[in-house]
Amino acid sequence: MEQSEKKRLQIAACKIRIGAIEGVYHAKSGHPGGSLSAAEIFAYLYFKELNADPAHPKAPDRDRFVLSKGHTCPGLYAALALKGYFPWDELKKLRHIGAMLQGHPDMKGTPGIDMSTGSLGQGVSAACGMALAGKMDGRNYRVYALLGDGEIEEGQVWEAAMFAGHHKLDNLCLFIDDNGLQIDGPTAEIGGPEPIDEKYRAFGFDVQKIDGHDLDAIEAAVGHAKTVKGKPSAIIAKTVKGKGVSYMENQVGWHGKAPNDEQYRVAMRELKQALAELEAE
Amino acid sequence: MAEMVKKATRESYGLALVELGKTNPDIVVLDADLASATKTLFFRDAFPDRFVDCGIAECNMIGVAAGLATCGKIPFASSFAMFSAGRAFEQVRNSVGYPHLNVKIAGSHAGISVGEDGATHQCLEDLALMRAIPGMVVLNPSDHYEMQAAVKAAAAYVGPVYLRLSRLAVESFNNSDDYRFEIGKGVTLRGGKDITVIATGLMVSRALQAVKELEKEGIDARLINLHTLKPIDRELIVRAARETGKIVTVEEHNVIGGLGDAVCAVLCEEYPAPVVKIGVNDRFGHSGPAADLLEKFGLCASHIAEVVRRELKK
Repeated sequence: MEQSEKKRLQIAACKIRIGAIEGVYHAKSGHPGGSLSAAEIFAYLYFKELNADPAHPKAPDRDRFVLSKGHTCPGLYAALALKGYFPWDELKKLRHIGAMLQGHPDMKGTPGIDMSTGSLGQGVSAACGMALAGKMDGRNYRVYALLGDGEIEEGQVWEAAMFAGHHKLDNLCLFIDDNGLQIDGPTAEIGGPEPIDEKYRAFGFDVQKIDGHDLDAIEAAVGHAKTVKGKPSAIIAKTVKGKGVSYMENQVGWHGKAPNDEQYRVAMRELKQALAELEAE
Repeated sequence: MAEMVKKATRESYGLALVELGKTNPDIVVLDADLASATKTLFFRDAFPDRFVDCGIAECNMIGVAAGLATCGKIPFASSFAMFSAGRAFEQVRNSVGYPHLNVKIAGSHAGISVGEDGATHQCLEDLALMRAIPGMVVLNPSDHYEMQAAVKAAAAYVGPVYLRLSRLAVESFNNSDDYRFEIGKGVTLRGGKDITVIATGLMVSRALQAVKELEKEGIDARLINLHTLKPIDRELIVRAARETGKIVTVEEHNVIGGLGDAVCAVLCEEYPAPVVKIGVNDRFGHSGPAADLLEKFGLCASHIAEVVRRELKK
């Protein structure tokens, strides 16, 4: 990836982090940890990869994105706002009564949301349905879904994996945000989803493991996934939960908690500093 | 008048899907390894490219159906009621109901008339579960003709629909030329002024038999076939209460949360009247031949007639 392109995407990722923290802070609740860990994935998909036009959010040939780990929608909402699906100020009304942005994605109320999600394990099945519809209709769109490494403890995720592998849904690409933490502690201690790569391989997927904060690696992995025929793809993205806000990084307590006033100021200072540095370079 | 046929409504469902498939290319049928039981195999054989066997994974099947619906397909996701409405309840609620997607969910082998398979497969809660989902249309057709009309109506309606299917063959009675099916509109099968029997699904045929027996004894019972549990035909129910006073409801479902409760909810708000609920009295089913089970649980013409006689003596 060219430096200027990379810079553009890094700036987008940083703004997505800022938007996610804005949303969770103003909501006084929500899920910052997994929103921050997936910021580069959101940035790459919405600002480089997806055929997605805010002016035509229901275009039949658009690429689809399903946030199967729906609780990390503050990050997705920030990406959608940045892309122009709705005004940035909506982020500050996240989770408020009467507001457009719900605590988990609502496809009926929010432009740019391709599937209502939030109950873990369900979004990926819908993504399979979208990929299957594309095959049936001979359309060329691709379907991306983002799952959490905790989420894949849900049995339905493996029903969906078996389905995708069996039906050879090579227009389907799953990202697993492997940040290693879930609400009750490290995934290794709670549900034990590892080895994730071997599991997906056994279900008939082409599997890649990458650093989920490395935009070059994301680009290469998505590029490779597009060349794979007859198999769905799984990109296991090793990430840091809470990435970009010093006191949130790798802290299980920041899965689903809003920063207080002081914490918000610190987070914003750090993120805006990082943004300023990116923009100055 | 159409010919009398004796068919299980699951078979009528399978046949109707094939008819729909011929004219509507958006119809897609999904099953979870029960195509020969739910009779979606007719569609599978006619339109293999639009049939998806999801394997024994009902929760994923509902999600796949939701995804297909977001892309303009009209999926009919089919399994036993125990699994499509029961096991996958939360998927139906969150992936279909909440986004109000155009998915049709079929629950076959509903009620105790599954027979020999016994309690684990005899779903007596599906109507309660599906009624409780906002925006869900709940249909429980009573014979071959009604099921065929209901499948067409479900496909034409844009939004989630639950269709209850039975395993047991039933003699048709909705075969008159003026029969019309409309979602949300009950059918008065017989006029009457002494009492009203409101039945749904497989129980309508039993109730019809009961009302005919009662007629011989000079009892003038009205019979309403409520094929739609939601949205419910409030006007027809209130009119029946006003004109006949007493109501008896008949359903092959737990008496909690099904037809009886739905009728009571309408009446206690609009026109309080005594209601006796015939159904499965908050218990699980049992193995046995379907006809014997229906008799044992009081879901037969003789018991319906007995309850009506008793109520009229009060």
